Amino acid sequence: MNDVASSAIFCRGLKKYYPDVKAVDGLDLSIARGECFGLLGPNGAGKTTTIEILEGLITADAGEVEVLGMRWEGHEAELRERIGLALQETQLNEKLTVLEVLRLFRSFYRAGPSPAELMKQLSLDEKMNSRVGKLSGGQKQRLSVACGLVGDPDILFLDEPTTGLDPQSRLQLWDVVARFRSKGGTVLLTTHYMDEAQRLCDRIAIVDHGRLIALGTPAELIASLQASNVVEFTTQPLLAEAFVGAIPTQHGFIRHGEGWQLRVDSLAVSVPAIIASIEKSGTRLVTLSTHEATLEDVFVSLTGRELRDE
Amino acid sequence: MSEYNPPVIELTVTRLKEFLRETEAIFWVFGFPLLLALALGFAFREKAPDRIPIGIVDAPNAKQRLALLSRSPALLPRIYDPAAAEQVLRTGKVSLLVEGTGVVIYRFDATRPDSRVARLEADDALQAAAGRRNPQPVRDQLVTERGSRYIDFLIPGLLGMNIMGTGMWSVGFNVVNARTRKLLKRLIATPMRKSDYLAAQFLARLGFLFLEVITLLVFTRFVFGVRVNGSWLLLGAICVAGAAAFSGLGILIASRAKTIEAVSGLMNVVMMPMWLCSGVFFSYERFPDAAKPYIRALPLTALNDALRGVMTEGLSAARVAPQLGIMLAWGVVSFLVGLKIFRWQ
Repeated sequence: MNDVASSAIFCRGLKKYYPDVKAVDGLDLSIARGECFGLLGPNGAGKTTTIEILEGLITADAGEVEVLGMRWEGHEAELRERIGLALQETQLNEKLTVLEVLRLFRSFYRAGPSPAELMKQLSLDEKMNSRVGKLSGGQKQRLSVACGLVGDPDILFLDEPTTGLDPQSRLQLWDVVARFRSKGGTVLLTTHYMDEAQRLCDRIAIVDHGRLIALGTPAELIASLQASNVVEFTTQPLLAEAFVGAIPTQHGFIRHGEGWQLRVDSLAVSVPAIIASIEKSGTRLVTLSTHEATLEDVFVSLTGRELRDE
Repeated sequence: MSEYNPPVIELTVTRLKEFLRETEAIFWVFGFPLLLALALGFAFREKAPDRIPIGIVDAPNAKQRLALLSRSPALLPRIYDPAAAEQVLRTGKVSLLVEGTGVVIYRFDATRPDSRVARLEADDALQAAAGRRNPQPVRDQLVTERGSRYIDFLIPGLLGMNIMGTGMWSVGFNVVNARTRKLLKRLIATPMRKSDYLAAQFLARLGFLFLEVITLLVFTRFVFGVRVNGSWLLLGAICVAGAAAFSGLGILIASRAKTIEAVSGLMNVVMMPMWLCSGVFFSYERFPDAAKPYIRALPLTALNDALRGVMTEGLSAARVAPQLGIMLAWGVVSFLVGLKIFRWQ
């Protein structure tokens, strides 16, 4: 989709094996400048390892990485000036205030916004003299992102930026990402929230077991399901597979928990057919629900598992 | 961008602020050495030497002996019946038993120094009472001059131990804490220079070193009258060299430890031999000659020797130069090795 030269981030054949797990197992990515790119996958899919290799914090066992057209080895000093990041979990100095932390991080960079500007941008100005240890989870996370923005980076890496945050804090962080992008910034983020990926990202790579299993815009990925709706139902006892396969307008079905999940075009046709099949089979309907197809369904259809099945 | 300090200054200032906001750290750096000095100072304060308890085996002449032996300022005699006398000698409640009629019999364990002293004192008292005269006139002169008391020996040792302890802990604990909290990883994801971070650990250490030394010296000056006989400037230089040695060692020890427990264990392994050997509480002159060159090469020995030299003997810079050299060498080498093998993640 992008050639190497115009890529903000590019990697090919990326591999990182740990003794017990293949964290990244041959990953190719090309992220354009100005793009917001999401790595979506369940816990343990290799998202953090991947993003940390791209951030130059972990060395890959194999593969090439280029960031802003440069390799990490030999260009680390230059690249560190031009990227910003928030690690999945960093506990900043608890005894320092928000302002002190930002001043400290600001001192590392040649240029960038002032701590005052950043605090205003991230709605931290009321907390400027509060100790980091006293901040809420959302405020800490915003401070963490502020530390990523303090050098006025070209690329912002965010590893699970909203995990564990309340809905309002998530919205605030999404705003920050949107504002960064509006100024031409490139964003690479990992998440296991499909709504976050769907809302923020231009393109999404779905990864599982360190491999890329799907890549595209959220709309493309959902379209790849070839169905706009998903029906989930459970019966007592389980409905035989032959009955499920015969239900009209469907584009596939999988076992899902105690029951079945079907991707269908038309709820109006499929749902009555499901109920009829259940009656015919002599089983008893326990639950039935429907929803519009989402990225979660893309993941389930690709892997047979849910994104958050932990 | 001149409105921002250089990173090394920002790192140092934030480290100092962090430290000063840590109540427990303040206690260990400032409060604990004062309490230790106070406790030891009172335990070894100037007072009449303890009298040594001795036993007199009950016999017709026991009362008379009790009166004679009681005149000795070094002895605390008591009469015991024979069975009890046996018991108190064996359990060490008395250092000597005096018995016998006609010939005086001393029963004691010759390997115990206090027993030997008691034997001499008791014999002196009994011989004098029996009419012995000393042909050689003698006079005792007791040493209580400032500078030669135990407290004068102790305070430089405590100061040295404190510079070691707080230096290694403040650096080692802080670094490992930052590593476990992934703060180190976050910092190296910025353009910050790694050497700046480690140098700031040392610079911040100097900041509270000053306060720590002054507190202890002022306190012991007023409570125990411990004086600094040499140059204050030289004393300051020695403390800085000591801080350099132990910040360097702290960085080396913390360079790879992943947990606070691991670094605590390493700290103790490194500090324990120095507590014992480097002349904090007693002089290392008691160790065998073969061990002394190694003991003198330890950074705490160098620090304690230099501090004592300047505080009690008022030595010049030239005389403590070898000790300064030893400390700086420890500091520089361990800093460089630590930086080389440092684990940032």
